Amino acid sequence: MAVSVDEAVSAGPGRDHTPPTRRRSGRGRAVLEVALLTVLAVVMLFPVLWMIETSIKENRDVYAIPAKFFDFKVTLDHFKDVFAGSGGGRSALSVSFLNSVVVAGVSTALATVLGVPAAWAYSRFSVKAKKDQLFFILSTRFMPPVVVVIPIFLMYRQLGLIDNKLGLILIYTAFNVPFTIWMMKGFVDEVPAEYEDAAMLDGYTRLQAFWKFTLPLLLPGIAATAVFALIFSWNEFVFAIFLTSSDSVRTAPPAIAGLIGGTTVDWGLVAAASVVFALPVLVFAYLVRKHLVAGVTLGAVRR
Amino acid sequence: MAGIEVTTLHKRYPDGTVAVEHVDLSIGDGELFVMLGPSGCGKTTTLRAIAGLERQTSGDIRIGDTLVNDLPPAERDIAMVFQFYALYPHLRTRDNLAFPLRAEGLPKAEVQERVDEAARLMRLGPLLDRRPHRLSGGEQQRVALARALVRRPRAFLMDEPLTNLDAELRADMRTEIKHLQGELGTTMVYVTHDQVEAMSLGHRIAILNKGRVEQIGTPLEVYDRPASLFCAAFIGSPPMNLIEVEVADGKLRSQGGLVLTPPPGLPRDRRLVAGVRPEALEVTEPGAEGSVPARVVSAEWLGDEIIYVVDHGGQRDVRVRMAPTVRFAADAPVGLRHTGGPPPVYDVDTEELVA
Repeated sequence: MAVSVDEAVSAGPGRDHTPPTRRRSGRGRAVLEVALLTVLAVVMLFPVLWMIETSIKENRDVYAIPAKFFDFKVTLDHFKDVFAGSGGGRSALSVSFLNSVVVAGVSTALATVLGVPAAWAYSRFSVKAKKDQLFFILSTRFMPPVVVVIPIFLMYRQLGLIDNKLGLILIYTAFNVPFTIWMMKGFVDEVPAEYEDAAMLDGYTRLQAFWKFTLPLLLPGIAATAVFALIFSWNEFVFAIFLTSSDSVRTAPPAIAGLIGGTTVDWGLVAAASVVFALPVLVFAYLVRKHLVAGVTLGAVRR
Repeated sequence: MAGIEVTTLHKRYPDGTVAVEHVDLSIGDGELFVMLGPSGCGKTTTLRAIAGLERQTSGDIRIGDTLVNDLPPAERDIAMVFQFYALYPHLRTRDNLAFPLRAEGLPKAEVQERVDEAARLMRLGPLLDRRPHRLSGGEQQRVALARALVRRPRAFLMDEPLTNLDAELRADMRTEIKHLQGELGTTMVYVTHDQVEAMSLGHRIAILNKGRVEQIGTPLEVYDRPASLFCAAFIGSPPMNLIEVEVADGKLRSQGGLVLTPPPGLPRDRRLVAGVRPEALEVTEPGAEGSVPARVVSAEWLGDEIIYVVDHGGQRDVRVRMAPTVRFAADAPVGLRHTGGPPPVYDVDTEELVA
């Protein structure tokens, strides 16, 4: 975001007719940048703050007009409702969170297990029509989920995968494998093939060389790729809402969406569920942030 | 120790690229053999085929008496040093050296002994407990050499091992490698694109171009009588002057009238080019005996010598190597004279040596 603001600022006065004397001084420019960034931050973060606030307000404060920003009573009841059912025991929402964990976790693991060796192979070996193959792999992601969901629904119905966690796991894996291959290929390209050559001369097979020497060097890349895959699976909504129906299979995004639309909407519960839903990804992304940046800026500097 | 025989080697990749068209090599036991050529000439692929890192499409490779075509790299009993040193980043120098020995399953005491010996040979004592990222490029390359040494292989394969070092260090390492090879008497196949390296190291040099061997010979043979126009242009800095000549009155004569001693057995009725080394020419005062009129285009002052670039009678950019004491100004009219023996002569159409 900072980059686009910066460009917007420099594009104005720098252009044709403006004489150099009228250019904003460095200080003025800095002030303007900070102001713009602040506005942007407020606009971007307000919904998040509002969500957090709503999740800890009592219901009558949620509906208060004018809205209460600061002087409300803090309660954690909504968070309790997220996890505990009304008649005791586990709530439907908590089951859906568990489903999300299973589906996102397993599909990410599968995509990594399948995608990393494939990326290694594409990076190391001379393959016939390699570019075409890679393009084909990427092309499976060209279509948005909503376009393919109907045919997939029909196929899944034949196979008995509707309303089945395995069905979601498979479709998320299918969407994450191309991404994993593409992103990991960049990382593998960065690891010199000579390590494997040397290991092979030292008596290892090619696969052992990959396992013992290349793979450990790829771990940061794998972490970054897995986080992206995890975020996709965790947040995915379209397939989840079309392919599942029962509370016991449903993942969190459709479950939270399902809270809205009755005669009354418990906004406090919706907000609390959303906070709980958003947290794991934020925490996970924070833990691997260094690798994430390495992942997205990869290839900017040549070895 | 063993010689290496490569016969009718051909390598074609699945995507259709032909890396090696046809290569025959016979490398003697204890020889330091250099494969020289521009990038993409197939020299590294040939080396990797010898190492077993690439499987040739056709052709045979023998190390000693063993046909190694189907042997994995580890069973060929060779060691390789890479341009990128490929030291295992998570291991200390000591463990990097011991690694191939431990992989072989040698007893601990012998591993220790061999590591110490290699460390002594390459003077690695103070570096033994460092990891690769704490070593300079030169140090890393010495460790890589030592790691090849500990194996006591039948042959060393070197893939442009000095390319990543700076010029001064490169010269030092060159001496070191030559000395080491002489002392150990191991067969060594050395790949480089640097002709100075090739000339200074090799017992024999093979010049490769477009996946074929253009010439094999000792450094002097390759320098004095390049087998083709490609070799003539590739070896020597500055390279040979390629001067179009005609045979007239038992002499070789250039368009500008420069007279060269003809080699015996010149063919008739063909367009010919003579390869004249810059040191076989001389810039003289205008009108000196046996000289033709020429003009100095530029002079490169290298300290120990001056390279004059001169034009004479339509022949542009003839390079002449002169002692630093002989000085002519740019644009000055001078004389140009041939001083050496008969130059190698090439056919313009086939680009090959004819006499």
